[in-house]
Amino acid sequence: MKNSDTGSFIVNFNLNGKDVKAEISASTLLLDLIRNTFNMKGTKPGCNEGECGACTVLINDVPVNSCLYLAANINGKTVTTIEGLSCNDGSLSAVQDSLVKNGAVQCGFCTSGMALCIKALMFEYENLVNSKLTGKKPKLTENDVKKWLEGNLCRCTGYVNIIKSALELINNVERKSG
Amino acid sequence: MNTDTKIIGTPVPKHDAGIRVTGKAVYGHDIVLPGMLHGAILRTKYPSATFTIDVSEAKKLPGVACVITADDIDTNNISFKRDHPVIKAGEVNCIRDEIAAVAAETKEIALTALSLIKVKYKKRKGVFDPFEALKPSAPKINKFSIGNFKNKNIAGEFHYEHGNLEKQKKRSKIILTRRFSLPRMTHACMATSNITAAYSQSDGKLLLYSSTQVPFLYQRDMAHALKMNPSDIRIIQPVIGGGFGSKLDMYPFEPICALLSIKTGKPVQILYSREEEFIASPTRQPMIIDLTAGIDSKGNFTFREVNVIKDNGAYTSWGATTPFVIMQAFSSLYKIPACYFHATAVYTNNVFAGSFRGYGNPQATFALERMIDMLADEIGMGKDEIRLINANEQGEITGQGLHYQTCGHRQCLESVIKSSKTKIRTTSNERYKKGIGFASMLHVGGGAKIYRSDGCGSIVKIDPYGFCTIITGANEIGQGSETVLAMIAAEELGIALNKIKVINSDTDIKPWDVGVHASRTSFVAGNSLLGAIKKLKNKLNAKARQLMNEPSADFIYESGYLFSNQTRSKIAIDKVVREMQFTEPNELAIAFYFYEPLSEFQDKEFKGNVSGTYAFASQSIEVEVDTYTGNVRVLNVHVAQDVGKVLNPLLLEGQIHGGVLQGLGYAICEELLMNSGMILNSNFHNYKIPTASDIPEIHFTPIETNDRHGPYGAKGVGEAPLIPTAAAITNAVCNALGIELLELPITPERVLRAINGKQTSRTKKNLTVRNGK
Repeated sequence: MKNSDTGSFIVNFNLNGKDVKAEISASTLLLDLIRNTFNMKGTKPGCNEGECGACTVLINDVPVNSCLYLAANINGKTVTTIEGLSCNDGSLSAVQDSLVKNGAVQCGFCTSGMALCIKALMFEYENLVNSKLTGKKPKLTENDVKKWLEGNLCRCTGYVNIIKSALELINNVERKSG
Repeated sequence: MNTDTKIIGTPVPKHDAGIRVTGKAVYGHDIVLPGMLHGAILRTKYPSATFTIDVSEAKKLPGVACVITADDIDTNNISFKRDHPVIKAGEVNCIRDEIAAVAAETKEIALTALSLIKVKYKKRKGVFDPFEALKPSAPKINKFSIGNFKNKNIAGEFHYEHGNLEKQKKRSKIILTRRFSLPRMTHACMATSNITAAYSQSDGKLLLYSSTQVPFLYQRDMAHALKMNPSDIRIIQPVIGGGFGSKLDMYPFEPICALLSIKTGKPVQILYSREEEFIASPTRQPMIIDLTAGIDSKGNFTFREVNVIKDNGAYTSWGATTPFVIMQAFSSLYKIPACYFHATAVYTNNVFAGSFRGYGNPQATFALERMIDMLADEIGMGKDEIRLINANEQGEITGQGLHYQTCGHRQCLESVIKSSKTKIRTTSNERYKKGIGFASMLHVGGGAKIYRSDGCGSIVKIDPYGFCTIITGANEIGQGSETVLAMIAAEELGIALNKIKVINSDTDIKPWDVGVHASRTSFVAGNSLLGAIKKLKNKLNAKARQLMNEPSADFIYESGYLFSNQTRSKIAIDKVVREMQFTEPNELAIAFYFYEPLSEFQDKEFKGNVSGTYAFASQSIEVEVDTYTGNVRVLNVHVAQDVGKVLNPLLLEGQIHGGVLQGLGYAICEELLMNSGMILNSNFHNYKIPTASDIPEIHFTPIETNDRHGPYGAKGVGEAPLIPTAAAITNAVCNALGIELLELPITPERVLRAINGKQTSRTKKNLTVRNGK
């Protein structure tokens, strides 16, 4: 929907489980839409050029650098930010709890992006398991996890405990899927 | 003090991790104040030039509230040597120089306004090499520099010596001279620099939301810059997205933001872009280190003779005092009978250097630990053996006067030697070669008495509901100081961790502290809190004796109760507090304490016991080098560190992992590249920091030496894990290939050059002398 007077658009999408609507311009970035229009500050602007991953959100369960994503493309899609990762009662989700317990959080500026990226890996893994294409149970190695997280920079933790968290979570998915 | 601890020593997750992992933590970037304007800074196009500036068009742009240049402000120079104008007038000296600033209704308008500012530059040649700057023909680079030096471009000089150098040279079997070259590295904090300033014209008070690591020094620096009273300036630290030393100084953008707020009467926020962060943040000191060192026939080190040239850049930050730490490594890491040390910081038209985790020590350790390997090769000793022979000992008082009341150096070395394979050239096929390298480090572990006080104040109170609030001068920058302080209070007062709050971010409330640096917070703030708790317990004990009618009882604090050591009868801590507060003589359950470490100021010769205690660490690192590409892969890192006592193994491990990975970046990939004063790689694409794929296996063994001055015996830990890493990695690569690398980072290009026997131009001047004994 385009307003020809102002050059602005209306987009409709689902943000953290709620259907929302926003007026944007053609150049509005998803990062700014989330932070400024919806006032959700958990998505972090680390570089605004797609290099650091701090602004990662999930679009239809796939991790995306929201600083490189034009908000105009979000129409009809589902967005999950760090605010939507917590449980409905506000308590920590499994990913968040695991990051805290494993000492995977220091300054925390990369944490939102890391948490969502790990969540996406869990989705990915669940899909693999459920697809049952191979007949064999798929395995994720430590190297797979490292590669998956390569696009998310962290300067404090040395990644070790973040990877440990991710592996634990994947193993839980594996166990649950029997 | 309890030796049998319940909380201390356990892996308590970070106290403040919950807000960080749910997106609720408010960083500087997240602050929005009513009516807030957005600030932006115009920087010079050329690193050395004179200029005239016309801002009239920018002022006319709708939405612009204020444009300032040097003509519009009345400020004092800032920086450690007060040689740095807040906004430059008519002359620029490095590529990050600020020449104008704008406040506007939106960030976009502010940036458009910058593009409307007309600047006419008259370019100058510029001096980008410190050796060029020391030539008599060079122009004076910083006209505000003060000090009585032999050359106009010297920003600072440090001279130190102990022992008889000539005598030690004579008894040396081997003497080697090498020139080492260390690059510019940048902090690359995940959150870019930021500040929000809110000036109130009605009462003349300035409120700053600032990510500084040193709020009280910053308050004073800001007041000096703006010609204000420090007490009229209130600093609130939002959640800080990475420090690592980068926030140890106040930089021009901070008083500029304050000025924009003062001029407009509205809150103003400045957020750096990532490119700006690379260009306009301080860097680790680039250095040329000329080191001559000797060894006697039995493998004992005889002397070190060191001359350091540091590229200061155009202005002088706190980082200019890194020679305090550099000389300490040369004078006192391993037993050294004689040491001669001279360091010169030289002005150039490069971006200026600042403080970075390790504070000069990674550079010094690189040179001296590389040298030890070369001495071992020359004399035909094992690289483990030579280090063990010369290791520091408990009780040692070094030539510089550092007193090692506890010292885990030998244990650290033995640990990493044992846990890694000590066999040289472990593998290898024709293409991939493996090697092992060792390095140790010495660092202050109980603060560092460089400022007038190295102290920290604490207030501790218990409310009528039995909750405890700690108000501490110490800052949280992600390292976990809040957690460690809460653990101390939980341990000592028997109050559950979830009933403990830490207030640490507001200069109007918290007592003085010198700041987060020198790995000092657990040691200094920990001791400070213990002092306050002791005073508070005296009050609580007195009341409990009266209430329980046990006049000579002492009490054990546990699970929210005070237990009498005589009858084991108990009383709830909140009840004691209520009785104190609400019955005569009506007293609050509150106490404060100011702790000053038992360290000394060094004398004019830089001698003295500068820290409350000293930390030691050793690392052994295994690498694999691809001899076709020059690519270095770090496989295993064994870390043994004298931490005094493990306060929290989870947080400690986090410091080790993070430090090692920063050290790995310093070793193999990180360099802020400059050409004629311009920065060439101002983004994460071209300035590589290690990613999840680059991490080696890190095997950590804490060494507990239980220093009697530390809280529960603990020493500082934060900087140590980074300090020896680059040296050990480079030693491992040299070990694998039989080559000599004297320069960081060891990029594939440098490794291939060394394989092909070509020395790089920066590291000439190398000598070997064999005395015929």
